[in-house]
Amino acid sequence: MSEFTLWDIVYNLLLAGRWTVLLSLTAFALGGLVGLILLMIRTAGNPWLVRLVRGYVELFQGTPLLMQLFIVFFGLPLIGLDVSPWVAATLGLTLFTSAFLTEIWRGCVESIGRGQWEASASLGMNFTQQMRYIVLPQAMRIAIPPTVGFSVQVVKGTAVASIIGFVELTKAGTMITNATYAPFTVYGCVALMYFLICYPLSLFARHLEGKFRHVAR
Amino acid sequence: MAYEFDFGAIVPHWKLLFDGVILTTELTVIGAVVGVGFGIMGAWARASRAPVISQIVGIYVELIRNTPFLVQLFFIFFGLPALGVKLTEFQAAVLAMIVNLGVYSTEIIRAGIQAVPQGQIEAAQSLAMNRLQIFRYVVILPALKKIWPALSSQIVIVMLGSSVCSQIAAEELTFGANYIQAINFRAFEVYFIVTGIYLVMSILLRMSLKVLGNYLFERRRHV
Repeated sequence: MSEFTLWDIVYNLLLAGRWTVLLSLTAFALGGLVGLILLMIRTAGNPWLVRLVRGYVELFQGTPLLMQLFIVFFGLPLIGLDVSPWVAATLGLTLFTSAFLTEIWRGCVESIGRGQWEASASLGMNFTQQMRYIVLPQAMRIAIPPTVGFSVQVVKGTAVASIIGFVELTKAGTMITNATYAPFTVYGCVALMYFLICYPLSLFARHLEGKFRHVAR
Repeated sequence: MAYEFDFGAIVPHWKLLFDGVILTTELTVIGAVVGVGFGIMGAWARASRAPVISQIVGIYVELIRNTPFLVQLFFIFFGLPALGVKLTEFQAAVLAMIVNLGVYSTEIIRAGIQAVPQGQIEAAQSLAMNRLQIFRYVVILPALKKIWPALSSQIVIVMLGSSVCSQIAAEELTFGANYIQAINFRAFEVYFIVTGIYLVMSILLRMSLKVLGNYLFERRRHV
């Protein structure tokens, strides 16, 4: 029987940690993209579509991420799509992320004064131009701190993907625990690695918050 | 062959889901009440003039806020027995909920305390109130009132997060769902229904917190 040293544990966790980072980045990028599209639909103001987006946000904010992953993981095979845990986790986290980002960004867009819309409309700009040249550049400044803050939630959310069998940091921790019978050390290391990913993001978000608050006044 | 949905297959097992709802509710209520209690104490400590206490609480808050709930749960349930602390599934789940809500509400309530106007505190000091009296009678209620919506959302988020407690076999709602799908293999149907139950629970929880907030903060205004 081979012995696990502390280095073996850390090394294997680091290998699995790459998947946590990759899943977080993918979900965040795709979720941001979908979130942006939903934001456009939401702001463009067709009442039916607005209601639809609101329902979407309500649905994903009002149910557990774990259930969303289960439904994707067990639901897609029923319509003939065979999904791996990686695809299910990416898709589930993308939907989850997009719902939260849409809601965060909506608040930022709404904080842009009505006058800006009216002024740009009076210059003959259409909705796309208003968004592109007037509203989004201003809203983006306000949106950056809470968006970075939310990225921490996405990283922590990837831990739930371990439950549908995606081998990332948490799942690797469970597997190594089963081999070493050292749960205290292993889960301690796992928690520390999440902390090393998330804490800089938290600090960065707080730094940006302070900076932008200063600019706003 | 196309898959045929059979939601009826869940009906005979309704009791499992019912028990799950009860346990999820218990976890949430205990977690919220005790957690917010710790949150108030934590915020008090963070605002205290002893920098060491404030810093220790600060480090603890950052540690919990920047690690996933699931990992904390595994650490408590599988890791702590190595230190001689043995907990049942339910106790571990409750502890994790309390720790999480305690930490999040510490930060939220602290923001509320900072928003209380300095003049009111000075006025209370000029009435010879001590620090505890000022906190109890002048600071905490307006602070809680101000951050009640944020605190309510956090409680809902933690309630939804409790679904991962099924992973240490705490018999809450998701555990019931896992159990049923292991019996009848109707995974999609079970999870679909349970997702609906969670949605209803989160709406009800948000509404009750709103009512509670009105009761706690609106009435006092006239007293």
